[in-house]
Amino acid sequence: MSLILYIAVMAGVTYLVRMIPFTLFRKEIKSVFLQSVLFYLPYAVLSAMTVPAIFYSTGNLGSALIGTAVALAVAFFNKPLIVVALAAALSALSFDFFL
Amino acid sequence: MRKDFSKGIFDGLPIGLGYFSVSIGFGILAVHQNISAFFAWLISATNLTSAGQAAGVGVIAAGGTLIEMALTQLIINLRYSLMALSLTQKADRNFSTLKRIFLSFGITDEIYAVAISQKEKISASYMAGLIVLPFLGWTSGTLLGALSSKILPEMISANMGILLYGMFIAIVIPPAKKCKPIRFAALVAAGISILFHFALPFISTGFAIILSALFASVLSAFRYPIHKEETK
Repeated sequence: MSLILYIAVMAGVTYLVRMIPFTLFRKEIKSVFLQSVLFYLPYAVLSAMTVPAIFYSTGNLGSALIGTAVALAVAFFNKPLIVVALAAALSALSFDFFL
Repeated sequence: MRKDFSKGIFDGLPIGLGYFSVSIGFGILAVHQNISAFFAWLISATNLTSAGQAAGVGVIAAGGTLIEMALTQLIINLRYSLMALSLTQKADRNFSTLKRIFLSFGITDEIYAVAISQKEKISASYMAGLIVLPFLGWTSGTLLGALSSKILPEMISANMGILLYGMFIAIVIPPAKKCKPIRFAALVAAGISILFHFALPFISTGFAIILSALFASVLSAFRYPIHKEETK
C-alpha cells in the first residue's frame, strides 16, 4: 500500500481527535467530578505510558533500570525536561558501554 | 497580544529542545523500518505526536490495513481529546473557532501540560507561540535522526529510546512530589498498566494505556475531588 496513504490516515485521525473537542466544545464544565477527572488524566496517561514501557526502551533491562532511576532522581530536583531526558539516555548508554 | 506570543515562544523552548533530542530517536526508528528520511520528516510534521508515530510506523512496517492504522491512532491518541476538552476550559474569550481549528493541531502531552499550568486563561497568541519551537524541534530532530542513523553505532541509537520516557518522568514527578492526589493518580495508573502488561498481554498497549489512565483518574476524582479554584 502507498506510504502516503498510510500517513494521510495517520495524520487525519490524530488531527481530528484533537480538533473536534477543542473546536466544538465551549461550555464551562460545572461538575466537580468531571473537572477532577480531567485534572488527574494527563498525569495518569503519562504514567501509564511510561510504566512498564520504559523498562523495554533500551533493549536491555539493566541499562533501562539505571536510566529510569537516574531520570526519577533528576526529576525529583525539578530539573528541566531536556536535562532529565538526556540524563536518562546518557546513564543508560554508559551502563551499556562500561558493563 | 505580541507579548503573549513571545511568552509562548519562551515557554516552548524547553519542550522544543526536548522534542529535538527525542525525535532523533523517532527518525532512527523510522529508517530502521525502511521509511526514507523525507517520509519520516513528513510523518513528524503532520502528526506531532510521539507514541502514535512510533505505533504508526509499526503498522506500516507490518503491512497493516488502513483501518488498523486508523484504530491504532484513535486509541493511542484519544487522550488528546480529553486534553483538548480540558484546554477548552482554559481558553480565553477571544479564542475563535478558526484559531481553534488551526491551533488544535499543536495539542501534545507537553504543550498541554505547560498550557494548563498557566495561572491565567490562555490566548490564541500564547498557544501559537507555544507550538512554534516544539514543532521545529520535533521535525528537525526527526530529520537529523533519519539522516544520521546509518552513521550512529547501534549501541547509541538503541539507548535513545529512553529519552521520550525520561521527558514524561520530568513532567509527572515535580507535581506528584508536591500534591498527594496527583501522586496517587500516577501510581495507580502505573500499577494498572503493569497489571495489563503481565496479566492481560493480549490487550493492545494503546488500549491498556487508556483504560489504566481512565480508571486511575476516575478513582482519584472520587477520592480527592478538586475544587474549582485549584484547577484553574
